[in-house]
Amino acid sequence: MKDTSFGRYLGVALVVAIVALLPRFIPSYAAFELTYVGAYAIGILGLTILTGTSGQISLGHGAFFAIGGYTVAVLGQKLGVPYWLSLPLAALLSGIIGLGLGLVALRLEGIYLALATFALAVSTPSTLKHFRGLTGGSQGLVIAPLEAPAPLHGVLTSEQWLYYVTWLLAGALFGLTAFALSGRLGRALRALRDNEVAAVSFGIDPQLHKTLAFGWSAAYAGVAGAIVAIATAFVSPDTYTVALSLSLVTGAVLGGIDLLWGALIGGAIVEFLPLVVQKVNPAAPSVVYGVALVLFMIFLPGGIGRAIRSTFTSLRLRGTQHARS
Amino acid sequence: MHDFAQQIVSGLATGSIFASMALALVLIYRSMGVVNFAQGEIAMFTTYIAWQLAQQGMPLWLAFPLTIVIAFAGAVALERIVVRPVEGAPQLTVVILTLGLLITFNGLAGWIWGYAVKTFPSPFPTTPLHLGSAAFSSQDLGIIAVSLASLGAISLFFAKTKVGLAMRAAALYPESSRTLGVRVGWMLALGWGLAAAVGTLSGLMIAPVVLLDPNMMQGILVYAFAAAVLGGIESPVGAVVGGLLLGVGLNLIGAYVPFIGTDLQLTTAFAIIVVILLFRPAGLFGRRSMQRV
Amino acid sequence: MHVRNRSLALALAAGFALSLGVGVRAPAGAEEPGVTPTEILLGGLHPYSGPASAYAAIGKGALAYFAYVNDKGGVHGRKINYKDLDDAYSPPQAIQLTKQLVEQDHVFAMFDTLGTPSCSAIRPYLNDNGVPQLFVATGASTFGADYAKYPWTIGWQPDYRSEARVYAHYLLKEDANPKIAVLMQNDDYGEDYLAGLKEGLGPKADSFIVKTATYEVTDASVSSQIASLKASGADTFFIFATPKFSIQAMVITAQQSWHPRTFLNSVSASQTIMNLTAKAGGVEATKGIITTVYVKDPSSSDWDNDAGMKLYKEILAKYAPGSDATNGFFLYGMGVAYTMVDALEHAGKNPTRKTLMNAATHLYEKDNPFTLPGVLVHTTAKDHFPIDQQQLGRYDGAHFVRFGGLIEGRGR
Repeated sequence: MKDTSFGRYLGVALVVAIVALLPRFIPSYAAFELTYVGAYAIGILGLTILTGTSGQISLGHGAFFAIGGYTVAVLGQKLGVPYWLSLPLAALLSGIIGLGLGLVALRLEGIYLALATFALAVSTPSTLKHFRGLTGGSQGLVIAPLEAPAPLHGVLTSEQWLYYVTWLLAGALFGLTAFALSGRLGRALRALRDNEVAAVSFGIDPQLHKTLAFGWSAAYAGVAGAIVAIATAFVSPDTYTVALSLSLVTGAVLGGIDLLWGALIGGAIVEFLPLVVQKVNPAAPSVVYGVALVLFMIFLPGGIGRAIRSTFTSLRLRGTQHARS
Repeated sequence: MHDFAQQIVSGLATGSIFASMALALVLIYRSMGVVNFAQGEIAMFTTYIAWQLAQQGMPLWLAFPLTIVIAFAGAVALERIVVRPVEGAPQLTVVILTLGLLITFNGLAGWIWGYAVKTFPSPFPTTPLHLGSAAFSSQDLGIIAVSLASLGAISLFFAKTKVGLAMRAAALYPESSRTLGVRVGWMLALGWGLAAAVGTLSGLMIAPVVLLDPNMMQGILVYAFAAAVLGGIESPVGAVVGGLLLGVGLNLIGAYVPFIGTDLQLTTAFAIIVVILLFRPAGLFGRRSMQRV
Repeated sequence: MHVRNRSLALALAAGFALSLGVGVRAPAGAEEPGVTPTEILLGGLHPYSGPASAYAAIGKGALAYFAYVNDKGGVHGRKINYKDLDDAYSPPQAIQLTKQLVEQDHVFAMFDTLGTPSCSAIRPYLNDNGVPQLFVATGASTFGADYAKYPWTIGWQPDYRSEARVYAHYLLKEDANPKIAVLMQNDDYGEDYLAGLKEGLGPKADSFIVKTATYEVTDASVSSQIASLKASGADTFFIFATPKFSIQAMVITAQQSWHPRTFLNSVSASQTIMNLTAKAGGVEATKGIITTVYVKDPSSSDWDNDAGMKLYKEILAKYAPGSDATNGFFLYGMGVAYTMVDALEHAGKNPTRKTLMNAATHLYEKDNPFTLPGVLVHTTAKDHFPIDQQQLGRYDGAHFVRFGGLIEGRGR
């Protein structure tokens, strides 16, 4: 027990150090791309809570990205609200709508929920276009880019500033999530996922917990969507197609759906897999992507995170075996 | 008011497009208990195969049945090779797998045949027919007729043939069926094959109207889901009725409800899925199932 | 526990202190970015994957043309290296790839970036950094109209609004009181066309247009929309739709026995499309349809003996073998690449981004082999719309017969 805690602290410290130091060694646009990784990781963390811990499949989290992104854009463009204020508002709005959707999701089991959220994802762009007075329609909205605050001018580029803001936020949210899930809440959600009937008979309220998980994960997706919008400095309905929702879920699963830090891997996958795939086959990148998904599900359904963890576990077991002999 | 008649007739025509795809979805669900997100793309892909055969000069009366056989065989192979390894896996794994298939087939079709739109030969003449003031094509009639015929054949198959009964048993009670000698694994493969055959038929009928391009099924998939849910995801009759209702309903809403108009058809489909699953999850024709605690 | 927490905190603090010492931007090179004695590096974005991937053929056409020019020695002795990436029609991808192209690859300029969302997303960044965004592949009028705010951006094709204005002026000459029905794609493409139509129709536009119906690219069929449009009693029908839905619209209109005077937007008015429409719905569905033309149509036999068309086919066969030469997107790509080479030539033997932009805003290009004969590619500092002319054509059942001469001034 003692060893794993130390190992975990070491792992966290390592990640923090890498994240903090990286911009020193990489060009500004690379930090910009890593900002997207951080944003997607936050969004996928939400899916980890929802699907991994609480067992509800959502193929429609792109819709909450849209809510987050458009909240920041509309508040900024039409009301001049600064980002430090509109970002929490985006999280709040997404969370509330997520709670609402969670209430609906209570009545939908597994595959039906997947179906309903799939339909949500597909219909998001047209809904955004319909309310063109608010959203600017299909032209989209150009929004002000994020500048580093005055004291840091010359020390950090605006891209590096956004990188640090994003990863600070990610760190805080990961920490918060780890803390919240390590206690009763986490146990309750996992119990509901594994055997709802038994959990209910133990007095766990499924409605409260499952709805909460939905709202919580939606809030995270809203934060992620807001960051992506700020980074891109532009929102349009085409940003939030079903492809986004599907890539979030696939990133989550490939990263490792029931591991918190799997979301980090997932974020990297969402950001970089399309680029990698383009290099493998520029003529048909989606074929490579699709085949990769299928192969992963057959051979590594627990995702990369699980594969890494089992490797470490077997190494440690072998280590203790050696130690004993 | 002749617009109203035309909207209904067009709605039935569009609805039959949804119905034919919904039939394939229902078949998969009945045989495997999963929703196959790749259903539409597989149908699109096999339709392209038919197009290719027709381009090489094969007459339609040969190309169409040949394509359906290819689709059936291909889907059985696909199930045995790709889906079998995840048969017992959690739903999420299977969902992601079918999503992977969706992406693969879509990309493959685009890679092989390109993204420029193509017309598709129709076995029916193109002269318009009239019902009063409402016009439609014999292709539209053909889609309805073929959907109804498939529906009839499928219902008969499940109710009256040994294989059909074995498939239903394998889906509902895999363990007991095994002890009775049913080859459960092969029943699942058969289910996939049949669904692919029905889906292909759907694609062959739809393509002359909707026109052939790799993305032709993507919108239709959601509408087909909505139709299947509306009719009852386990009911082939429900799929057809649901499809027709949905087609007419969307047309009427689009034409006469300006607030919604034609912008929000997908959103309406989403709303229908949610409302039905919330209040009458078995749909119009499905059986209510209860979970005993 | 206590000790570990403290060391963790120290590690965090140290890490942050260190990172604050990070440098700012990479020092600017002495040479102009993207220009070496032997090469000019251009960056591009096209949707090579996803639903819009049909447009990738434009990028491929440009690549083929550049390969041809390079084989003939390039421009001022430099070969053109066009790094064309897949942005999947997604603004976040577009901005990231653009930053990569500008900051890692140090491209000289961005050329022929495609799609209103992507072009809009990258335009502020490119303008802020003085990187030319040349000859964008979209007809949205903002890319030529907003040159005061975005001086480094310039379009190429006649924009959608001007095309619709041309239709409107012609229509009013034929019929002073038309009753108009419009079918449009529900995005910026359709909206821009509609806006141009209204501008061209003048103050009575809203009374002329009796019904507008939109469709989504995910719709199965536009039969419902056509039924509503027909029921409005209109005698004139505008189709502002992409190829697939244009074919559907023409076929269904004929099926529903509606015979309005019909205008079809130029993107969907190639010979190939009309042939497909005739196959699906009978040749009567195609007769009388009016469109505008500004480039030569490689699927039309009209140009079989034309030198420019022959050049196009040769280049495509040699540098992009296996491509379908009847696809007009390849030809568009070559047309705009020709203008790019023109601009590079006029940017001088030692081009800078400034001289390139100057060349691009002072074009006087008469002999583009791929545009209609007589079309002038012409820009000034105040006119960021290179192609101002187009011509009307009417389909006679076999091909578009051009009439009325070249219309000037983008239909104003």
